[in-house]
Amino acid sequence: MRDIAVVGFAQTPCVRETDGTTNGVEMLVPIFHEVLGGLGLTKTDIGFWCSGSSDYLAGRAFSFVSAVDAIGAFPPITESHVEMDAAWALYEAWVKLLCGEIDTALVYGFGKSSAGQLRRVMAMQLDPYLVTPLWPDSLGLAGIQARMGIENGLWDERAMAAVAARSRSAALSNPLAQLSGEVDADELLALPYVADPLRRHDCAPITDGAATIVLAAGDKARELCDRPAWITGFEHRTDTPSFGTRDLTTSPSAVAAGKAAGADGVQVAELHAPFTHQEILLRQAFGLGDDVTVNPSGGVLAGNPMFAAGLARIGEAARRIHDGSAAKVLGHATSGPLLQQNLVCVMEGRE
Amino acid sequence: MTRPLSAPLDVGFDYTRSLGPTLGRFLSDLRRRKVTGIRGSDGRVHVPPLEYDPVTAERLHEFVDVAATGVVRGWSWIPEPLEGQPLDRPFAWALIQLDGADTSLLHAVDAGSPEQMATGTRVRARWRGERVGAITDIECFEISGEPADPPAEADDVSMVTTPVNLHYTHSASPTEDPFLRGLMEGRLIAQRCPVCEKVYFPPRPACPVDGVPTTDQIELSDRGTVTTYCVVNVPFLGQRIPPPYVSAYVLLDGADIPFLHLLLGVAPEDVRMGMRVEAVWKPREEWGPTMQNIDHFKPSGEPDAPFDSYSQHL
Repeated sequence: MRDIAVVGFAQTPCVRETDGTTNGVEMLVPIFHEVLGGLGLTKTDIGFWCSGSSDYLAGRAFSFVSAVDAIGAFPPITESHVEMDAAWALYEAWVKLLCGEIDTALVYGFGKSSAGQLRRVMAMQLDPYLVTPLWPDSLGLAGIQARMGIENGLWDERAMAAVAARSRSAALSNPLAQLSGEVDADELLALPYVADPLRRHDCAPITDGAATIVLAAGDKARELCDRPAWITGFEHRTDTPSFGTRDLTTSPSAVAAGKAAGADGVQVAELHAPFTHQEILLRQAFGLGDDVTVNPSGGVLAGNPMFAAGLARIGEAARRIHDGSAAKVLGHATSGPLLQQNLVCVMEGRE
Repeated sequence: MTRPLSAPLDVGFDYTRSLGPTLGRFLSDLRRRKVTGIRGSDGRVHVPPLEYDPVTAERLHEFVDVAATGVVRGWSWIPEPLEGQPLDRPFAWALIQLDGADTSLLHAVDAGSPEQMATGTRVRARWRGERVGAITDIECFEISGEPADPPAEADDVSMVTTPVNLHYTHSASPTEDPFLRGLMEGRLIAQRCPVCEKVYFPPRPACPVDGVPTTDQIELSDRGTVTTYCVVNVPFLGQRIPPPYVSAYVLLDGADIPFLHLLLGVAPEDVRMGMRVEAVWKPREEWGPTMQNIDHFKPSGEPDAPFDSYSQHL
């Protein structure tokens, strides 16, 4: 197997609403310049481009094709797209690098959630025969999952509020975060429910944003980066879409992906948990102890750019390798309703 | 800088899907006020029925009648219902295990207030009067220990139609904004790439060759050259003009990409590549931020443009 590493990462600020178009070009141009400029690369140095985004979020067909304008695709490039979080585009690029045809890949994800009504748009990912026709909103579904965990004694509303408070506090060190600050869990618990048992702080905010990662193989990675974040495990798994069939208080696909990717011994984990109780669930699924630093960036509770947030978790985790503050890290992404699909990328630094 | 122009964008489509034997049976039975599950590889009864077992992936075929009454296994409370949801007053989403089933069905419970809801609460289906063979034939569930209404006769269904209506705010890009505002004044505003100096009309958020924002604005005249064209002979839904007519790519003087527009005032057989054309504008009072301000193009009467003048723009 070739050694492949994350060598570059950039993301836009997470904001409630941008003026730009839903095809992401205005968000992507600056972060492409940032990530390529930081590595001393130009677009012609990139062997493969891969993106994640959603036309339902954009409200227009083939929005990812318009996004290619941000690259400047001349002479022609090799390019692909997934209608998923860009963490899965990263997986595709990683496989392409493993095949050995190319030495570098740039992956990006973007989403302008503010253009539509996110809670309704998310109903489009559900079973189109028996579930979407009811228009279940993402908060309502997550509320069912949260209550099941509460009633099974796996977490409670106070523990959920504590996750929100810790995320916002951690986000004080993240200048790109949308929500940050010192908040008291007791004060949060005094606020009204938005989808009982969920309060506003239990739900990731609605965010416009984009993120990008550059992957490189072997010597190319060593040349581009002082301390590459070598990918030592990269796995994704999925559970049945029929969520009335499975135990919602755990996530078999997360457990399986974490085990296969080798999550043991990570020092930092960036978890893609759009709801507070899901962070607790994922910690349990990955077997992360109290000694593991979870979401030092603030996580998606501090800013949740759809279709980029999972990729950004991997980028944030890789940064802890790049800056030398950790030796082994985990980036996680989720897709589908109620943690149905889970992806784990474990990365290590080498001396 | 003012915010770019934006406008509501409503996207709607009636998705029509064939059901197959498993979902077809389930929805046909809902139409009859009956609920049918299916037995999984492990003996569990799945409601709604699954086509394939979630663990073994085995094709499932043993249908099992279950009740239209059951127990709430998990729930959340929606204080402000959204468009399309089963109820327009506050309600609970619930996973409901029907009597005789081993898995849970998602639906709404018309409980009145969250104080009435609890895990373990007994509920029954409230059947819709007019049933079509859809999950919404169950209007919602209601808290009750009584049986639901008895089955009724109805024909099988093999298709289901699901209307999807989503609402967006579509924003023009910073480069489209002056273009659209220009059109309102009858002006044609293009953008030039600062790197390759190509002129884009309509403008794009970034030069697709160089990947940089096109920052230089230039105004073009409303005359140009037909680079290529086609004669539309096929009628279609929503067609504004009886065929045959000509759709032509027009390269405005000074622009580097042509755009598609309507060419009138000339017989289709007389149109040719290189033909010089000019815009025919709608009356000023009808102008808006749209290329439709130009009703169509017509021949300008100038001599044809030489091929070399547009050969790079085909």
